[in-house]
Amino acid sequence: MYNHILSIILFTPLAGAVLLLFVPKENKGAIRWIANIFALGGFLISLPLVPWFWALRFDPGFKFVEGTANNWIPSIGAGYVLGIDGISFLLIMLTTLLGWISILSSWTAIENRVKEYYIWFLVLQTGMLGVFMALDFFLFFVFWEAMLVPMYLLIGIWGGPRKLYAAIKFFLYTLAGSVLMLLGILFLYFHHHALTQVYTFSIPELYKTAPQIYSDYGPYAATLLFLSFFFAFAIKVPMFPFHTWLPDAHVEAPTAGSVILAGVLLKMGTYGFIRFSLPFFPDVLTHGKVRFWVMVLSIIAIIYGALVSLMQKDMKKLVAYSSVSHLGFCTLGIFALSPLGLEGSVIQQINHGISTGALFLIVGILYERRHTREIAEYGGISNVMPLYATITMIMFLSSMGLPLLNGFVGEFSILQGTFMQKEIAGHPGWFWTAWAVPGVILAAAYLLWLYQRVFFGTVTNPKNEKLHDLTPREVATFVPLIIMAFWIGLYPKPFFQILEQPVNNLVATMHSQSTAGNVNAAAQPAMPDMPEMAMPDAATAGAPAAGGHAPQTPEPKGKH
Amino acid sequence: MGAFYQLSSTDYVLALPIILLALFALGILLIDLMLPADQKWANALTAFVGLLFSAKAVYNLQHWLAGSGGSYGMMRTLLVDHVAIYFFYLFLAATAIAILMSVRYLETVHENHGEYYALLLMSVAGMMCMAAGYDIVLIFIGLELMAISTYVLVGFLRRDRRSNEAALKYLLLGAFSSGIFAYGLSLLYGLTGSTNLGVIGDALYGLMQHPQYRPILVVALLTTLTGLLFKIAAIPFHQWAPDAYEGAPTSITGFMSVAVKAAGWAMLLRILIGSPIRFGGLMFLRSLWLPVLVFVSIATMTGANFAALTQTNTKRLLAYSSIAHVGYMLLGLVAGTAVELNSDGIKGILIYLLVYTFMNLGAFGVITSLRRRHVIGDELDDLNGLYSRSPVEAVLMLVFLLSLAGIPPLAGFWGKYFIFLSLIESGHYTLAALGVLYSVFGLYYYLKMANAMFMRQPEKGEETLPVSYSMRLALGLTGFATLFIGIMPNRFIELVNWALNLSQNTNMAKLIR
Repeated sequence: MYNHILSIILFTPLAGAVLLLFVPKENKGAIRWIANIFALGGFLISLPLVPWFWALRFDPGFKFVEGTANNWIPSIGAGYVLGIDGISFLLIMLTTLLGWISILSSWTAIENRVKEYYIWFLVLQTGMLGVFMALDFFLFFVFWEAMLVPMYLLIGIWGGPRKLYAAIKFFLYTLAGSVLMLLGILFLYFHHHALTQVYTFSIPELYKTAPQIYSDYGPYAATLLFLSFFFAFAIKVPMFPFHTWLPDAHVEAPTAGSVILAGVLLKMGTYGFIRFSLPFFPDVLTHGKVRFWVMVLSIIAIIYGALVSLMQKDMKKLVAYSSVSHLGFCTLGIFALSPLGLEGSVIQQINHGISTGALFLIVGILYERRHTREIAEYGGISNVMPLYATITMIMFLSSMGLPLLNGFVGEFSILQGTFMQKEIAGHPGWFWTAWAVPGVILAAAYLLWLYQRVFFGTVTNPKNEKLHDLTPREVATFVPLIIMAFWIGLYPKPFFQILEQPVNNLVATMHSQSTAGNVNAAAQPAMPDMPEMAMPDAATAGAPAAGGHAPQTPEPKGKH
Repeated sequence: MGAFYQLSSTDYVLALPIILLALFALGILLIDLMLPADQKWANALTAFVGLLFSAKAVYNLQHWLAGSGGSYGMMRTLLVDHVAIYFFYLFLAATAIAILMSVRYLETVHENHGEYYALLLMSVAGMMCMAAGYDIVLIFIGLELMAISTYVLVGFLRRDRRSNEAALKYLLLGAFSSGIFAYGLSLLYGLTGSTNLGVIGDALYGLMQHPQYRPILVVALLTTLTGLLFKIAAIPFHQWAPDAYEGAPTSITGFMSVAVKAAGWAMLLRILIGSPIRFGGLMFLRSLWLPVLVFVSIATMTGANFAALTQTNTKRLLAYSSIAHVGYMLLGLVAGTAVELNSDGIKGILIYLLVYTFMNLGAFGVITSLRRRHVIGDELDDLNGLYSRSPVEAVLMLVFLLSLAGIPPLAGFWGKYFIFLSLIESGHYTLAALGVLYSVFGLYYYLKMANAMFMRQPEKGEETLPVSYSMRLALGLTGFATLFIGIMPNRFIELVNWALNLSQNTNMAKLIR
């Protein structure tokens, strides 16, 4: 079991989906039970990973690696290779947890075509886990695209009134980004072959050669290549100009779909940035204008998302736009390229999964009772649903980043990590931080105002007088999220420890690659030095170890 | 050789798959006379047996030729190489599945005649001549045999005006393009003094060194290309396809969209490249036909994808989608430089044709099964709520559609993968980006069909769809193949490598001598 834990986690949901195929569709009770058992099982079976991973958290490279290169399609050099590091470990745990919670939350929400619903949901779960586990670029791409299909069906079949439009828009938008990424992957594949005479999609192998593209093909080609990946990830995140699919998809999706969409799907974009964009193209980021524009887009997303949230009349849309804002923080932390910012960014991704997932559940619970999400329809809900109001308050506070709750830890680390950087794309770190901070305030504004309008005061709408409070099943969906929110908020040290090795390694790799392969350093601003404070144990973790993606000694250029 | 050439047993062995098919076709015509009206299904059985016999002959050939790259026969008009064997299998598989899909359909439309199956086998015999011919006369005869059989098949619904109109249109345009094609071939013969593709290729290589021959070479090339591009329905020679596809019996539409198209591709590869073991034909005019193909492929992808957007008839929609697929496949020929082919591009075309056979036949199979007593079933609205009427078919159709759109891990992805791989490999980044974006574009109209199946309600009650056993078998086979090739493509990639002899000569397409 220890050696195949990742495969077991990956295929448990799929096994549930296959089993469900054989249950007659009239037997809704059995279908719900089986789906929930497999979803809970998928979470429980991922729990042993926690102590096992904890023991290895400072080891370099990828852990629990399964499969060898070329074992799947030898003729093109693709393999079924899985492996995780601290970043993917946290995201996998988030995925299994949220998968279980969203399946549990659908018990009464989904009444028609129950069987299909759970089948597609479980398939989706496998697809998402695969994205975070794949160590083979080809395998990654297959999961990345295959996962769109169940999500498209979930939105399209069980969604709201404009579901057809939202589903197609979601599918086309995200596919458009990822096909360009395929071309980028193929370019890396041939570049790797040109340098080593080996055709492979292995990600650790590509880490060694991809950074040389900057010196081999020049800044222009490298930037285009960076963009081919950037669009795929930026659409998924979504960053500012590419975000238009998100409100539609979120609003139309069923509650559980929104939870997974916000909680996990969006993280694939940020995960892609961390896993691929940074280590593949260090020079593109440290030279030239690309990083400046990415930072600007992050800031715009933070402010714009928050402002648009403030204006919403529909609760779900408000939460959807708040995602844009929160993910803006995550990309800000990533492209600040400081260890603390990156750690904060990953933790903020987890936080966003927890709190925004919970916010969608909260909206879903009201919607299930009243079938409307208009804020104006509500008021004084805390009088009729006190338990619900309490839980909502906790999750709102967590989402807006109140100290002692999880959101604070992530946002603070991101802002601190950005602040500490002496220079990011021609401007000091504090300059970017100053632009991002209003987002925190605006978050408090739109959430507290929403809370005030929905929960405080007297019950103004007679339809709301008879609403019943949370059922035990509904409470059960929130309990793990609240526990996690407090845990990260009160004692985030384990999370930072888990992230320490991969993040420091990543920053060190980028540092060494970009200074070594620097062809036109004179014309470009110098690489910002890592602030001492932000990199507490660079001596242990930053050293280029013999791990999976340890920095390679830069090879002499001009092999072509 | 010479005037008193005696055919040896080798000649017959090489031609055996073709001869068997022709014999069975004639046999069906005879047996049909003796069959009572309610036992016409026996014709399908006979045709099936004929395909099996032919497949066995191909199998024997495959093993016989395993050591060598291929063998000439019939006075060097036939060159059975690995590519030809690959195409033989492809034609046989596509026809077998098409026959499975036809049985019930023909009963429903009351046109259950033996000629149908005889014509199918005849056209496959023609296709084999096109794939294995190494002589422009044999190729042309094969083409005409196939084309005339399909003209009749398109018009097989005698009482249906759409079917008649389609057949007439197809016949007129087809005859016209054949004429132009024959003119191009005659120019080639006049220029080179031979009908053998190998000799033609060598002579053209010589002529290319003399600039004064350029104009006549261009004329010969363009006229030949017109005929070739017409058969694969590339824009601007595509106008017949939507009409013929819409009017033809649906089972024949499926057959035409895969087998006839694959035969067109086999002929195109034969004439433009020759054989992997012996280049010939117009191979050495590559610097001349390359720009033409770039233009045609861009025009095809653009025109077909835009035209497909607005279609409300599923057969027409799939017709335009199949034209768009031709555009992607042509990119595989474009990959490479002016003097060198990219072997991955050719590999991509062969894999594309393989996966396309299964997924497109599957999609047409689902539409065929929608045909009922009074409902033609080829409008987009006929798919409405298919999921609640027949969940298995709807899910299979979803698989076929997503595969056509090129979503991994389904078979259709692999065709596109190798095409775009070859473009990246040979540095055509803009074309690759254009191609992938058009494939996203294409997803829209496939999703329109998926939306109708899964997200709309059926219009006339919740009637379940009767699906015959042979149709179930056909859909099962195509669905299984689409999934299996998608997830486990390695053996099929190796099969194509074998077909192209890539293990022996990795540098298959060096034009510099």
